[in-house]
Amino acid sequence: MVGIVGYGAYVPAYRIKAGTIASQWGDDIVAIERGLLMKEKTVPGRDEDTITIAIAAAKNALKRAGIDPQKIGAVYIGSESHPYAVKPSGTVLVDAMGIGPDVHVADFEFACKAGSEAMYVAYSHVKADNMEYALGIGADTSQGAPGDALEYSASAGGAAFIFGKTNVLADVLYTHSYTSDTADFWRREYQHYPRHGGRFTGEPAYFKHLLGCGSILLEKSGMKPSDFAHAVFHMPNGKFPLKAGKTLGFTQEQMDQGWVVNLMGNTYSGSSPTGLTAILDIVKPGEKIFMVSFGSGAGSDGFIFEAQDKIAEVQDLAPKTRDMLNGKKIYLDYGQYVAYRKKIRFGE
Amino acid sequence: MAISPRYSREIPHRYRLEATKFKSGKVYLPTRYICPETGDREFEKITLNGTGTILSYTIIHIASDAYAKQTPFAIAIVETDEGARLTTQVVDCKEDELKIGSRVELIFRKVMEEGDAGIINYGYKAILI
Repeated sequence: MVGIVGYGAYVPAYRIKAGTIASQWGDDIVAIERGLLMKEKTVPGRDEDTITIAIAAAKNALKRAGIDPQKIGAVYIGSESHPYAVKPSGTVLVDAMGIGPDVHVADFEFACKAGSEAMYVAYSHVKADNMEYALGIGADTSQGAPGDALEYSASAGGAAFIFGKTNVLADVLYTHSYTSDTADFWRREYQHYPRHGGRFTGEPAYFKHLLGCGSILLEKSGMKPSDFAHAVFHMPNGKFPLKAGKTLGFTQEQMDQGWVVNLMGNTYSGSSPTGLTAILDIVKPGEKIFMVSFGSGAGSDGFIFEAQDKIAEVQDLAPKTRDMLNGKKIYLDYGQYVAYRKKIRFGE
Repeated sequence: MAISPRYSREIPHRYRLEATKFKSGKVYLPTRYICPETGDREFEKITLNGTGTILSYTIIHIASDAYAKQTPFAIAIVETDEGARLTTQVVDCKEDELKIGSRVELIFRKVMEEGDAGIINYGYKAILI
């Protein structure tokens, strides 16, 4: 069966606390933390971008897969912060990792679900016998305007997954995608920051698509929430995924391991994929995982995975996601943060 | 770096740490085609494993324009496990964490941007391990 043969994540070392942002704008930190359920978020270093994050995550995936990179036939990076408007992120990655030049490369964009989109296409290529292995990545250095609610959540990180048919770590049992035209969040060409529809991003967008995809995925599979050891959903803030999961019938305990948003923020295309890596780090053979992403615009991709015996052999071969989240942290003040994120203009 | 043809030419060593190893055992990164010590022209290409040790370092407080906003930052001479000696930035650490003899890993990062409209130069930097 087709499944994940290698996975890896990357979390930058830099952080900013929600309290630091709240004090800059005079916001009530107690209300912010209670409303968003977030304590801090990751910030990319000055020399980090979607490409460097994708490569760091993909190298960790390759360590766990233990395959010849030349056998990877497709590389897809999903992001809404590709460094170039015109010039692919994936070309840098293939040359950095010794993949190709006989490889199909594309950059995807679908707000926060571009990563699961890359996973879905990579998985489909292997399932169709187009190639032996395919790599799907979600990575972002997300943007949030100064003073906007998004500034508390927009963060940086990524996750990479190599799909194949041999030595599989987690089988893909079922998939489903659910999409409609919904203008809940967007960024026009040449604009630095996205705009959003405020409360319209909730029920008509996030919950409609994520719950629509999740409920059909359960129906397709004939499974019920209690059949799963773990569940992970797109994490734009702390509250939304917990509410969505409970609506579908999942418990807090099932969602705990993949719920990384309180320490990481919303890594956009890397959000639910990074949560999935945190689950794969500790999942036991035979356990099932339920995952549904969400991307504004809007749509959701759903996956059901089943961990295989091989997973236990590779979990320690690369850094684990929660170890990176709880590992080295370099906290920034707000001035440093806006300089790192290029939110202020310096003199030449 | 700085122009597209040179940037493309340097991809093997900057992206993948491809080095040259001469018969004498000397290893060089960036690549050399004549060994500066022996004059030897016969070499094999090897890929460095990406770990090494800091031989010396300094902190840059006044930098060229492309790096001016990053000051202060650390530059080190690193000897890789294969014996190549290279100069690189050491990032994601504070000055008081750096020591001669510290072990480092070479990671893939953005090295410089050619202004807001030019190409972005990627390559290796070091982090403490």
